[in-house]
Amino acid sequence: MYAQMVKSEATTEDPEKLAAFQARIDAGEKIEPKEWMPEGYRKTLIRQIGQHAHSEIVGQLPEGNWITRAPTLERKAILLAKVQDEAGHGLYLYCAAETLGVSRDELTEALLSGKMKYSSIFNYPTLNWADIGAVGWLVDGAAIMNQVPLQRTSFGPYSRAMIRICKEESFHQRQGYDIMMKMAQGSPEQKAMAQDALNRFWYPSLMMFGPSDKDSVHSAQSMAWKIKINTNDELRQKFVDQTVPQAEYLGLTIPDPELSWNEEKGGYDFSEPDWSEFFEVIKGNGPCNAERMEARQKAWDEGAWFREGLMAHAAKRAARKIAAE
Amino acid sequence: METVVKLDLALFEGLCRLGDSTLVLGHRVSEWCGHAPVLEEDIALANVALDLIGQTQLWLGLAGEVEGRGRDADALAFRRDVWEFRNLLLVERPNGDFGQTLMRQFLFDAWHQPMLKALEGSNDARIAEIAAKAGREVAYHLERSADLVIRLGDGSEESHKRMQTALDTLWPYTGEMMASDATDCALAEAGVMPAPDSIRPQWEALVGEVLGEATLKAPESAYMHKGGKQGTHSEHLGHMLATMQWLQRAYPDAKW
Repeated sequence: MYAQMVKSEATTEDPEKLAAFQARIDAGEKIEPKEWMPEGYRKTLIRQIGQHAHSEIVGQLPEGNWITRAPTLERKAILLAKVQDEAGHGLYLYCAAETLGVSRDELTEALLSGKMKYSSIFNYPTLNWADIGAVGWLVDGAAIMNQVPLQRTSFGPYSRAMIRICKEESFHQRQGYDIMMKMAQGSPEQKAMAQDALNRFWYPSLMMFGPSDKDSVHSAQSMAWKIKINTNDELRQKFVDQTVPQAEYLGLTIPDPELSWNEEKGGYDFSEPDWSEFFEVIKGNGPCNAERMEARQKAWDEGAWFREGLMAHAAKRAARKIAAE
Repeated sequence: METVVKLDLALFEGLCRLGDSTLVLGHRVSEWCGHAPVLEEDIALANVALDLIGQTQLWLGLAGEVEGRGRDADALAFRRDVWEFRNLLLVERPNGDFGQTLMRQFLFDAWHQPMLKALEGSNDARIAEIAAKAGREVAYHLERSADLVIRLGDGSEESHKRMQTALDTLWPYTGEMMASDATDCALAEAGVMPAPDSIRPQWEALVGEVLGEATLKAPESAYMHKGGKQGTHSEHLGHMLATMQWLQRAYPDAKW
């Protein structure tokens, strides 16, 4: 769920072709890279898959922040494995986007110039060890909520990437919850860390689903194309309903005094997050936006000699091969 | 009886040398997480760090068992101070640029792989078993680091320059891997671990071949730093431990 507020592009193609395309999608067929697709479909997917890939990459940073301070060797190993998975997800997703005719370098440059976004959640800091638990439990939990239906998305490479990613994400969520269990059952300081983490990550996690989309035409187009499967509100409700009992089991309090079970709808009523905060974070004013982009920019700039060196070697090797033939 | 006690002490030391080196290098490598020059390197570095931390659990776990004072791998990793660490000085060198990180990895891997191969022949079955498992992982580490050293050494003018600088900087920290002290001698005599200088021919051959292909030149100076294996470290290690051990030290009664 690392793609938020992805606007779908208008499409102005031949209505007959469009109708045939829509019929394939309605019949549940997968669209493959070399097949005809409306430009709007292609552009929307590039934006959505690219944003998702960027989120995986930037998402390494808040968790990486604790790898060097993980409290046991096992926790360090698990966290390393998890962050490595995130990088791997980024790789599959960039590859899926490449099948639509955009290179990884182009996408990276779009991220660094601010033209493309990543999920707002990664602009929040990880301040205590329980945050690593909360990120797995809540952030990966919210991601899974969105990604499980996306396994059925209409674009073949995206759907297949999602199937693989979902398997790993459920392991991530379990390890996050496991950290929360240890913390919630631990010393008074550990319990305080767990509650503090939940307090800070609850509303940003709800924001991950994006604002209510009941009025959005973009959302309607993406849903017709099966690029998006559920509405933001449906997914958010599902997430709250799943998470509240888990918090109760941990003995932690959801930081929402309005939270209550609604028998009639068979789900919880809950407070909306502060959407003005969400839009500020998207605009670049979140607590860590500047650091996250600075870190990515630095990795890109300082890695230039490395990438160029490898290209130079490849060129030399190719030249030697030709000379030898 | 006295020799048995001494051998146990030497064995504890020897295991800490192995486990502390993998721990400290694993930690250093993990500092790159999310900051590598390309995504494939982020993945590779996390993988190498993960292997090294896994090996640390095994070496230090066995060290704790041999010591018999109830310390497990975590107690050894997170509750000893700088002077009790037995890692090689090479692995505590700061990451520097990516070239230095790679060169450090290569110089270490070129020792680590033949060392583990020799440890597979240990007359202590526990050591042989860990070495066999670690050896499978380290074969990949060496393949990757040697390949990248060659490609960057024989790459662009700038990549060549950076790799040569890395080699010049790190070279004086390589001698310690092959230098023996009384602990090493006791372990070698007992057939538990190889004599460090027995690894030298393989290390030199491998390093020579890779540097040659990489068009890099080893420095002429023969001066070599030492002390890490005996617990005399650089200033860098204390800062690393301050980060690594902070939670365990701040909340000593907590279970994580």
